[in-house]
Amino acid sequence: MKLRVRVNGEWREDDVPPRLLLVHWLRESLSLTGTHIGCETSVCGACTVHLDGEPVKSCTLFAVQADGRELTTIEGLAPAEGLHPVQVGFWEEHGLQCGYCTPGMIMSCAALLARNQAPDDAEIRHALEGNVCRCTGYQQIVDAVQHAARIVRGEA
Amino acid sequence: MKAVKPVMIGERIKRREDPRLIRGLASYTDDLKLHGMLHAAFVRSDHAAGRILEVDAARARQRDGVVGVFTYDDLRGRVGRSPCTAILPGMNDAPHPLLADGFVRYVGQPIAVVVARERYLARDAALDVDVEIDPLPAVVDPERALEAGAPLVYPELGTNVCWHQQPEPNPELERLFVEAAGVVKLRLLNQRVAPVPMEGRAVLAHFEEGPGKLTVWTSTQTPHGVKQQIAICLGLPEIRVRVIAPEVGGGFGCKIPAYPEECLLGFVSRSLRRPVKWAETRTENLMNTTHGRGHVEYVEAAYGADGTVLALRGKSIVEVGGYASMLGAAIPTFTHLLACGPYGIRAVSWEIVDVYTNTMATEAYRGAGRPEAAYIAERVMDEVALRTGLDRVEVRRRNLLPADAFPYTTPTGAVYDSGNYAATLGKALARFDYAAACRERDAARAQGRLVGIGLATFTEICGLGPSTGASALSRHGTWESAEVRVEPTGNVTVLTGVSPHGQGQETAFAQMVSDAFGIGIDDVSVVHGDTDVVPHGVGTFGSRGLVVGGTALRMATDKILVKARRIAAHLLKLPEERVSFEDGSFRGGEIALGFRDVAMAAHLWNDPVPGEEPGLEAVARFEPPGTTFPFGVHFCRVEVDPDTGELEIQRFVSVDDVGNVINPLLADGQRLGGIVQGLGQALCEEVRYDESGQLLTATLMDYAMPRAAMFPRIELDSTCTPTPLNPLGAKGIGELGTIGSTPCLVSAVLDALRPLGVTHLDMPLTPHRLWQAMRAAEARS
Repeated sequence: MKLRVRVNGEWREDDVPPRLLLVHWLRESLSLTGTHIGCETSVCGACTVHLDGEPVKSCTLFAVQADGRELTTIEGLAPAEGLHPVQVGFWEEHGLQCGYCTPGMIMSCAALLARNQAPDDAEIRHALEGNVCRCTGYQQIVDAVQHAARIVRGEA
Repeated sequence: MKAVKPVMIGERIKRREDPRLIRGLASYTDDLKLHGMLHAAFVRSDHAAGRILEVDAARARQRDGVVGVFTYDDLRGRVGRSPCTAILPGMNDAPHPLLADGFVRYVGQPIAVVVARERYLARDAALDVDVEIDPLPAVVDPERALEAGAPLVYPELGTNVCWHQQPEPNPELERLFVEAAGVVKLRLLNQRVAPVPMEGRAVLAHFEEGPGKLTVWTSTQTPHGVKQQIAICLGLPEIRVRVIAPEVGGGFGCKIPAYPEECLLGFVSRSLRRPVKWAETRTENLMNTTHGRGHVEYVEAAYGADGTVLALRGKSIVEVGGYASMLGAAIPTFTHLLACGPYGIRAVSWEIVDVYTNTMATEAYRGAGRPEAAYIAERVMDEVALRTGLDRVEVRRRNLLPADAFPYTTPTGAVYDSGNYAATLGKALARFDYAAACRERDAARAQGRLVGIGLATFTEICGLGPSTGASALSRHGTWESAEVRVEPTGNVTVLTGVSPHGQGQETAFAQMVSDAFGIGIDDVSVVHGDTDVVPHGVGTFGSRGLVVGGTALRMATDKILVKARRIAAHLLKLPEERVSFEDGSFRGGEIALGFRDVAMAAHLWNDPVPGEEPGLEAVARFEPPGTTFPFGVHFCRVEVDPDTGELEIQRFVSVDDVGNVINPLLADGQRLGGIVQGLGQALCEEVRYDESGQLLTATLMDYAMPRAAMFPRIELDSTCTPTPLNPLGAKGIGELGTIGSTPCLVSAVLDALRPLGVTHLDMPLTPHRLWQAMRAAEARS
């Protein structure tokens, strides 16, 4: 099936089998391997990308479902030479260890901050319900989001 | 060159690994792509036990795009067994073939591997392989497996016992039991859990015909170990095998062993002369990546009227699973070794029965035998408090080893290096404000609320050594290696034998070198995980990365400083003893030479130093003279909803002692992650099989992982008792959190429910289980 998606600001066209999962299209056809596969069941959030600005699990969407839409992956979250405030927060607060869940985590956290620039800890933890991290115990991720929120609010 | 301030040991600096990870630019194994690369998929057993009648791959082979299908018949006589390096004395060893040979013994056992041009095709074709299995009765429960007439996992052994450690006769222990004021008897379950690294296992094997060399990229904690096992299994000289651990997305023990799939992909690549990749699905990960724990423990504790625990008698019945994984059978020996915890228990008798069952193999899982030991000791302490009417803290106080006891040899033969348990307990009591917490709990109880306080005082074992206990099968001891190469510019490359996968040693080791040589941290590169590049090393597990690998690095930088000082003395035309090294400069009187000047002189060599070779590099290996024993005290407060059984953790305080810390930011990360992982076991995690051996927790929709909203902000504090066993004074940190937090939470929940008459609980403490326990207690009263 023909497919045309604006990925990280650039229109990409392809002809893909209907069953091809979005995450495999990103990783294998476009070589955007920053989006990871963690569970194949929409539970862990490692594959989170933004579709028309909303966080979605790319492991349970078909590539063709993205046709005609705007898609952002971790590689396109910030300009090439810069970092998104959430990326800064994760780095500063040690919000990651093995890094595997991190791109999906960052995409989910960026979506949270887009709708709420002053979340409290409980709101952050609630927003992470769809993302699993095995390394950090989440606390430094909460700190990372608070750090990012301060940047977004112009306080840091 | 602009002077850059070095980073010192003990500074809280952010990680150098992160820029690639936060931008999605890191390369995990499944991110790699080679020209002509094929994809593998496994055909796995649907039955926990059975005889294979037929494996018919004809349909699969005919499918367009399929390049090959391999079954045991293709391997017969050409490859060895699946590697197991911990074959204990007297163990009933059972060979585990890379692909099932006639029989299957657990669900998911690999039967065939299908290789195709493309990932989806390989999975389609795997479904085309027709496998006919005549099912046999399975045994899942380890105690049932020991009963007469139980189905045998390996009929040829005549028993399901994999290994049996008989307790030695112990008259002192018998006497203490006779003299005791009372005896606590407990049956404790330490349920089977899944490690669930967020990146599952993934392997890319590439046999290059020209050099006759097999390169295997694999998500492992032990690249050198995997290299050796692949070489042995495939009958290749090890110099023709290279293993690379690229970015690795977590391990937690399950990526220590070499797996059948790693060897098989090497075999397939060599057979097809093409690169072949496989990345497991989460279901494969939950089903066929090793599990952890899986202990049933019977314990009897003799105690005195004053609440001191005199002696322990126990038995660990351990699910080894369908085959003995690399370390699996040896894990309970740590439970035995650490049975006394931080307490002055005078005699211990421990029996271990490792049992084959028709389930996936168990292996090391963060803590590996020590969480089980801490769980036993803490449950015993709480019971003794209950029986003697003493406060739980007071009972521990009366049993903790005094600060002047170290070094201390336990009755189980462990030699505790250093400690001051009472000081850590004191700090934790103050931080948690135990007295106030008890008053608040009692006030809440008076209102009918189910509030509980839990605690755990524990010690553990890190940085295993010396190597005298090493198995010949592993082909290396418990040491670790480091190589430090100083470039002519004075920049430094560190090659380490440890294989970090989230721990942050690229930062911590660079920090150590920056501190040692007085150079900027960005002028240090840390390389790991490539067996063709780094000196033979052991890997990252058992909280040994910094303790053993970091000490090797310190030894290497020390060697370099010795030589650099000699070179500096020559250049300064001074006797060596008059040259000192401080703040990155070699000084003799008024003159100073920077580290970089000496590095350049060492390479330029136009002013040769008599008796020395040109260059500036060193290799060191640290052989630990003994193991370190970090310790800690955890407190928590919980509340249980009397109607639903839902559990809320309201406070968690952790005061730990890991000796000296290189980077507190990374140390906090290890502790926080470990605590939540241990709480996950206590709260929600459990691998469950049904009676026929079918896995009921085969996706993350069924296997409950700890999530962010389940936890409050964890409060960390510490004390510092450096170890005398290594020059860093560091004790190890990776597993500590997991060891204390599990018993702490169970202690709190039991405390909360005791007013209702609940006297015993087994993990995981799900709302359903708590609800059942409350209703059962009500029915009894």
